[in-house]
Amino acid sequence: MAAEPLIKVENLVKHFVVRLGAFGERGATVYAVDDVSFDIFAGETLSLVGESGCGKSTTGFTLLNLQKATSGKVIFQGENIVSLDEKRMRPYRRELQIVFQDPYSTLNPRMTIGEVVGEPILFHKLATKAELPECVSRLLADVGLPARFAQRYPHELSGGQRQRVAIARALACQPKFIVCDEAISALDVSVQAQIINLLLDLQEKYGLTYLFIAHDLAVVRHISTRVGVMYLGRMAELATREQLFSNPLHPYTRALLSAVPEADPELEKTRQRQILTGDVPSPLAPPAGCRFHTRCPIAMDKCKAVVPEWREVVPGHHVSCHAVGMETAG
Amino acid sequence: MTAPADNKPLLDVRGLTIEIDTRRGPAVIVDGINLTVGKGETLGVVGESGCGKSLTMLSLVRLLPNKIRVKGGTAEFAGRDLLKMSKSELRQVRGGKIGFVFQDPMTSLNPVMRIGDQLCEPLIYHRKMNKADARVRAIELLRLVGIPGPEQRIEAYPHELSGGMRQRVMIAIGLACDPELLIADEPTTALDVTIQAQIVDLVKDLRKKLNMSVVWITHDLALIAGLVDRVAVLYAGTVVEDAPVNELFARPTHPYTRGLLASIPKLSDERASRLSSIGGTPPEPGRRPKGCPFAPRCGLAESVCHERVPVLEPVAGSGGHRVACFVAQRQMMEAA
Repeated sequence: MAAEPLIKVENLVKHFVVRLGAFGERGATVYAVDDVSFDIFAGETLSLVGESGCGKSTTGFTLLNLQKATSGKVIFQGENIVSLDEKRMRPYRRELQIVFQDPYSTLNPRMTIGEVVGEPILFHKLATKAELPECVSRLLADVGLPARFAQRYPHELSGGQRQRVAIARALACQPKFIVCDEAISALDVSVQAQIINLLLDLQEKYGLTYLFIAHDLAVVRHISTRVGVMYLGRMAELATREQLFSNPLHPYTRALLSAVPEADPELEKTRQRQILTGDVPSPLAPPAGCRFHTRCPIAMDKCKAVVPEWREVVPGHHVSCHAVGMETAG
Repeated sequence: MTAPADNKPLLDVRGLTIEIDTRRGPAVIVDGINLTVGKGETLGVVGESGCGKSLTMLSLVRLLPNKIRVKGGTAEFAGRDLLKMSKSELRQVRGGKIGFVFQDPMTSLNPVMRIGDQLCEPLIYHRKMNKADARVRAIELLRLVGIPGPEQRIEAYPHELSGGMRQRVMIAIGLACDPELLIADEPTTALDVTIQAQIVDLVKDLRKKLNMSVVWITHDLALIAGLVDRVAVLYAGTVVEDAPVNELFARPTHPYTRGLLASIPKLSDERASRLSSIGGTPPEPGRRPKGCPFAPRCGLAESVCHERVPVLEPVAGSGGHRVACFVAQRQMMEAA
């Protein structure tokens, strides 16, 4: 990939300091995102997957400077945006948008849909007040809602319709890049398919780039160009969709893929599953060495002590696992 | 175990109708549901949010929230109608003969009780065990559901456990008294896939060991493919299709079931540019259409579908496959 990335994430780190104990007398650090680097190319859909608490959402938030990064860089249009204060960040906010998981809590219940969608347009002075109704109805049409919805309040809408409104709001200031943070996870299967189709259509129409954060691998496979797998704050594997799903290298990716149920009873009866034992360790005290070694079926002594390097084994296929190199060598 | 020797189903729900009070008056949310669960059988109840799947199951153990009540129908469990039982009879059934696993382990466990005490409670109440025996059995149960170090964990409070562990505790409580029927209401929805796979394997294992019947409520068709024997598909408070699991996936007949199956992206599929989706949304309670509840969203709907409500009828050429759809039934007649 010779193309210049739209966004370059370099050694991004986000630690949270939490107070523990009944009176908050003990301090501790949550290692939410630890030394994560990847590029996002224009027009692609990069998905981040992993179990809850693996840091995929925090990566999305930190990347948009919604949470201050502990260290590391996010380069967008030549500027390290995570070092900017809110005021200097503002021009970039227009181009970098986000759609959240829960369409019930992200819309202000006292604002009409028209006001919700129109607010960013006025804020970024992309249209005058007189042009606003026109803009709003065009945006609503883009997400498949009739223009009369502009007069309605969020409580009158179903979950799927609200998520459409959230998408229209993100689209309002003509962004280049949208983070979809579990944007379809709260929706029913039939509605979920509608929203996936809508996201794909909009991407084609406006040349959008998505960072798609999800835990449903079947959906991720359906819409992604490239997929990154995270485990306990670190990136385990990053590859194109074909590479990742046909030739997963990291033992965690393999286990994750084999845990996904398939809608085929015959296949399910014969399928060999590799089921991980135990839970994800606490991010307050992540294991030393490779963070996956406590649950890894092929862990070696080295894995307990040395953090595996993040390397490109095949062009475009990154992995951090000691065992992977050995397999190819042997 | 007083199960009859003949092949009468363990649970036989007939014409169950549930109503909710709204500002516009009472509205029907579950409309004459028929369900059966045989001894040792696992039934999957599938539907989208608001289709009435959880309310149906809650009504069986009479745990419906305020303003929601059973309007009619019967629910026979081992020959006795659950809906007509006295409070004291019902108490013997709840947690004793019928185990329940709720969706959210964060809110269904008592936060100020040690998990051991929560596990012992049904054993002492239903099995009349003394404290020491109940404790031994509780440790056994925790080991059965795969919790490591049960002797120590029994002293833990719910907040000290992870989500997957709490759900295991919920399952252990559901199983405590060797129930004849386990009702699991979306037990894995709040969990990660790797933990979900562990729980599904656990229930499969236990079902074989204990020969219990299971009702597994879910919105995830893929999940139940490898888990259940029979599937009932619910839409807007009615059963639209009911079939053995292989039959349902091989020959989905109701347009809603077909739509649901088509809208699931599959891991084994190549990347399709678009998923097929079902347009529109399910009807709200109180605004149910006059005819088939799915007719307004159905691509095949004919005038009869908007007029009359179809009933479940056997699908020709297959055992135990029933569908409630005028168009599918007519197509089968024509094909025959």
